[in-house]
Amino acid sequence: MFKLSMDRIQELLSSLGTVLAPVESAGQVNFGVWSADATLRLDALHTVKSPKDAFFPQTEELARFKLEGKNISVGVPEIKDEPFVLFGVRACDARSFDILDRVFLSDPVDVGYATRRNLGTVVTLACSRPGETCFCQTFGIDPSEPAGDVSTWIDGGFLYWKPVTEKGEKLTETVKALFEETDDSAVEAAKANIRAILDRLPLKDLSLEGWGGDVLMEKFSDEKWEEISSACLGCGTCTFVCPTCQCYDIRDFDTGNGVQRYRCWDSCMYKDFTMMAHGTPRPTQLQRFRQRFMHKLVYFPSNNEGMFSCVGCGRCVAKCPVSSHIVKVIKTFGEGNK
Amino acid sequence: MQAIAEKIKAKALELLENGTVNRVLGWEDGEMPYDRTPAVFTKDELAELKYDHFCGANLSKYLIAETKKDGKVLALLKPCDTYSFNQLIKEHRINRDNVYVLGIPCRGKVDVRKLRARGIEGILSIEDDGTTITVHTLYGDETCPREEALLERCLCCKGKEHKAFDEVIADDKPYVEPGHDRFEMVDKLQAMSSEERFAFWQGELSKCIRCNACRNVCPACSCLSCVFDNANSGVSSKANVDPFEEQMFHIVRAYHVAGRCTDCGECSRVCPQGIPLHLLNRKFIKDVDTFYGEYQPGEDTDSRGPLTNFTKGDVEPSIVYGGDK
Repeated sequence: MFKLSMDRIQELLSSLGTVLAPVESAGQVNFGVWSADATLRLDALHTVKSPKDAFFPQTEELARFKLEGKNISVGVPEIKDEPFVLFGVRACDARSFDILDRVFLSDPVDVGYATRRNLGTVVTLACSRPGETCFCQTFGIDPSEPAGDVSTWIDGGFLYWKPVTEKGEKLTETVKALFEETDDSAVEAAKANIRAILDRLPLKDLSLEGWGGDVLMEKFSDEKWEEISSACLGCGTCTFVCPTCQCYDIRDFDTGNGVQRYRCWDSCMYKDFTMMAHGTPRPTQLQRFRQRFMHKLVYFPSNNEGMFSCVGCGRCVAKCPVSSHIVKVIKTFGEGNK
Repeated sequence: MQAIAEKIKAKALELLENGTVNRVLGWEDGEMPYDRTPAVFTKDELAELKYDHFCGANLSKYLIAETKKDGKVLALLKPCDTYSFNQLIKEHRINRDNVYVLGIPCRGKVDVRKLRARGIEGILSIEDDGTTITVHTLYGDETCPREEALLERCLCCKGKEHKAFDEVIADDKPYVEPGHDRFEMVDKLQAMSSEERFAFWQGELSKCIRCNACRNVCPACSCLSCVFDNANSGVSSKANVDPFEEQMFHIVRAYHVAGRCTDCGECSRVCPQGIPLHLLNRKFIKDVDTFYGEYQPGEDTDSRGPLTNFTKGDVEPSIVYGGDK
């Protein structure tokens, strides 16, 4: 365990190379490239968007086709090969990378995602002030002991730094001179404080009983979807603030003399989601709404040894314009919350 | 508010029992002290109906779908919601025969984001005594002057009068609207140099995540298929490929609702990135007022809107030559 005075945080960040961290811009905190004149907001519990952009950007150019006479030239953009540090990731978001890995690193491996995942070192930060919308504990996540390549805690004006993986050890070597070695006592006390707060969270007992990979038809056919989906606006807020939503669309943009092929996040809430030649397989908002929650709570665990594709970050709970979020869905259908 | 909620429930029950309506469109309680979800209630579900200082969501747009169904629905509309309602009637989107409007009183709605922006975290419960909001949190109690916690739209409240109703429930207590000038920020932006103004909007609009919440919640956005969803339109986009695109989306949208936007403020209320989209609309409202005389969309159902009417005296503002006639 190492420690560093928070007065020297800038010194640390500027020694880490390219750093993506929670920074404030126009009043909102999101992960962005840190620089000395950026407004660092390590106190913000959640960024509006999750840090998944670092590995799976919202838009990404895949290829460029250019018409020259009778020839079409094809260009593939290079993926930046610069290492970077993703700093200040919360425990829930760190878990989301495990979920995204299952999707993008299984065969066929997504080259862009894999490259960025290899280049990035994840430095997590324990949650000293969890919020009322948090329910990561439901998924067995411990916000007092976040995973990642390096785990950190901020307590009493100090940053505590603990390398966890080999990648984390390597990163630590590069900045070791800034740190002073310390024992675990301060961090253990901080963890105890966090756990005491976790015990008082309103969603601490949220149960997933009744959900999982083996309830497909029962949940799919449940009549309750109609009522619970009725307020849904069909916007993509939940999807785009979600750390685990992974669906994307690939589109061609007509540049006038060629085509720019890009990939962008998609939302199952949108009516052209998975549009095919015959039309859309989910013509109603009920079906689209059901898709999102069935994917996270039934289909994904069915394909991934029971792993749910929600991490309980609570972003959708805070951001859904009409409060039709996953906690409401879990409680409405789940047997464990009566 | 508790007494008013009870009055609303009693009236709703009466209208359900005497057969005037067969269901009620209102708000239901959620998981959090501030969560309110628009919902339709039958007589048996009426106990779930909630009305308090967090029922900000404008219900008018839901009536497009609700009034296509069988039977009459009871709609609980706050004064400002009735402007959107009238505008939708005018645009032939709501079937007036299938809705019974109960005008309900409003003393301004609280915006939980404004509480959060003050650093209030871990909200467990919220009390509102009419002047101060007290928030009980995991980290102790916090207070906030009520006016500082109100939705932007409520600071510039259009007043207590319902512009459409079949029946009204009167407020039992006096309420004085904050009375802010809704064009204050528009004037500030107009006074900026074009570089400053561009920087302001670039900062705001570059946060856009293209979730379409502003469009989908907007009562003036009722197209069956939006041009931005139409793959054949050539402008369809789910993503911001470059910084220009998000500006185009918001500017096109603001143009499309110009002259029809009632300034209900739902766009800004729902934006996950806190983009002050209402300022684009207010700029158009101000221009319409300046060029064609003051006009409030949704005040009635039969006047001709300034941009859909023609008079010989119309100004011909030009983007080339400025605002001169």
